[in-house]
Amino acid sequence: MFTNMVPNLGKVMSRYGFLFVQGLGYTLLLSLLTVLGGTVFGSLLALMRRSRHALVRALATAYVEVVRGTPLLLQLYFFYFMLPELLPMLNLSKFVSITIALIFNSSAYVCEIVRAGIEAVDFGQTEAARTLGLSAGQAMTRIVLPQAVRNILPALCNEFVAVIKETSLASTFFVGDLMTQYNVIRGNLFLVIEPLLVVGVIYFALTFSLSKLIAMLERRLKAGD
Amino acid sequence: MIEVVNLTKQFGDLQVLRGINEKVEKGEVISVIGPSGSGKSTFLRCLNLLEMPTSGQVIFHGVDLTGKGVDIDRHRQRMGMVFQHFNIFPHLTVKENVALAPVMLRKRGKQEMDQYALELLNRVGLYDKRDEHPRRLSGGQKQRLAIVRALAMDPEVMLFDEPTSALDPEMVGEVLAVIQGLVENGMTSIIVTHEMGFAREVSSRVLFMDEGLIEEAGTPEQIFGHPSSHRTQEFLSKVLR
Ligand SMILES: Nc1ncnc2c1ncn2[C@@H]1O[C@H](COP(=O)(O)OP(=O)(O)O)[C@@H](O)[C@H]1O
Ligand SMILES: [Mg+2]
Repeated sequence: MFTNMVPNLGKVMSRYGFLFVQGLGYTLLLSLLTVLGGTVFGSLLALMRRSRHALVRALATAYVEVVRGTPLLLQLYFFYFMLPELLPMLNLSKFVSITIALIFNSSAYVCEIVRAGIEAVDFGQTEAARTLGLSAGQAMTRIVLPQAVRNILPALCNEFVAVIKETSLASTFFVGDLMTQYNVIRGNLFLVIEPLLVVGVIYFALTFSLSKLIAMLERRLKAGD
Repeated sequence: MIEVVNLTKQFGDLQVLRGINEKVEKGEVISVIGPSGSGKSTFLRCLNLLEMPTSGQVIFHGVDLTGKGVDIDRHRQRMGMVFQHFNIFPHLTVKENVALAPVMLRKRGKQEMDQYALELLNRVGLYDKRDEHPRRLSGGQKQRLAIVRALAMDPEVMLFDEPTSALDPEMVGEVLAVIQGLVENGMTSIIVTHEMGFAREVSSRVLFMDEGLIEEAGTPEQIFGHPSSHRTQEFLSKVLR
């Protein structure tokens, strides 16, 4: 098996190289949409968790607990089957359904990131702002959030890296990401290991370099404190 | 100007304030002294409702601040507060720290406030630092900045909660000098402090707090010279030694 590895790799790359590029594109698109959507809804959830109204808080908490307490794959299945049933008139493609599912999932994690980022800002900052006469909302937007962003941004980037890996589960539904392409190539060439190696290298190169970038960003933000 | 009626505050089972009655007139300079944990900070923080009193009233210019529907943000604009740990906004420059609230709350236009901020900074010797980030300031400079940040709102009364307790000893003097300058210009002030010499010098009245009550109140002469309460005597003998 291993004797043929090098020529097999050559075969995989020459015939299907473009599929990897395409898969990488889909993986990145899926991850980006997930984190962007997750950031919007996750921030909303974080604000809900800090709401004055107990019911609003309870709803947000329940959401986060349910998402974190069930497998992502289950959630993907759920949205994949449920969304077209619930909204037949929208004619959602499976890519969109899966993206929504991933956003649903990521929102819960982003919520906790945002919440932790806000709570890491010394409460004295809020008190100082409030004693000057700023309202709770003004203190949040002008004093707390700008400081929280420094804690939140690196954690959000890490979430992006985590999501890149998690999107591989979406290949169960053949949405065109890297793992989908692996399955396609494996089926065409009857080669199991070689295309897997290529996909693995791509994933690793992506997440490793991103992690290094994030570490740099973090140092920058800290230095600018 | 401020009247406190039967003020109590409880944190869970802990009774921190147990019925405080006090009146602060315009122009008064009141020092609050007492052992740590006696409720001085809580008392001060109840005055602008940073802590919500459990019962009792805080009447500011005739309005009970604890009442329903009171726009506390508006009243807080007229009560400046300075904290032990400065609470300077680290993401803003020195000048922005001063100018943010007055501009945001439309107390002054941006141009006018820029001018006024520089004037205030100049008054406390921070003009040269106007465009720096606060992390470059010493503790004493941060506290002077915190004072002018509060002054920028043109408050009618200033509340100080141990403004020099977090400072290195060599920086205490510069901050006390700024506060002294303020009160000599007639700023109504309530100062929680452990600086007994300072309290004696600048106050028109001294309150000695113990276990959630004002145990004794009087002129600095009375409190420091001839304290009548046994507890006051005991406290002073410990701190003045
Ligand atoms: N937010 C709070 N929650 C619970 N206990 C508190 C809180 N703030 C103060 N206390 C308690 O109230 C008591 C009085 O505190 P404080 O007013 O800070 O006293 P002082 O300023 O005189 O040292 C202390 O026992 C303190 O632990
Ligand atoms: Mg205190």
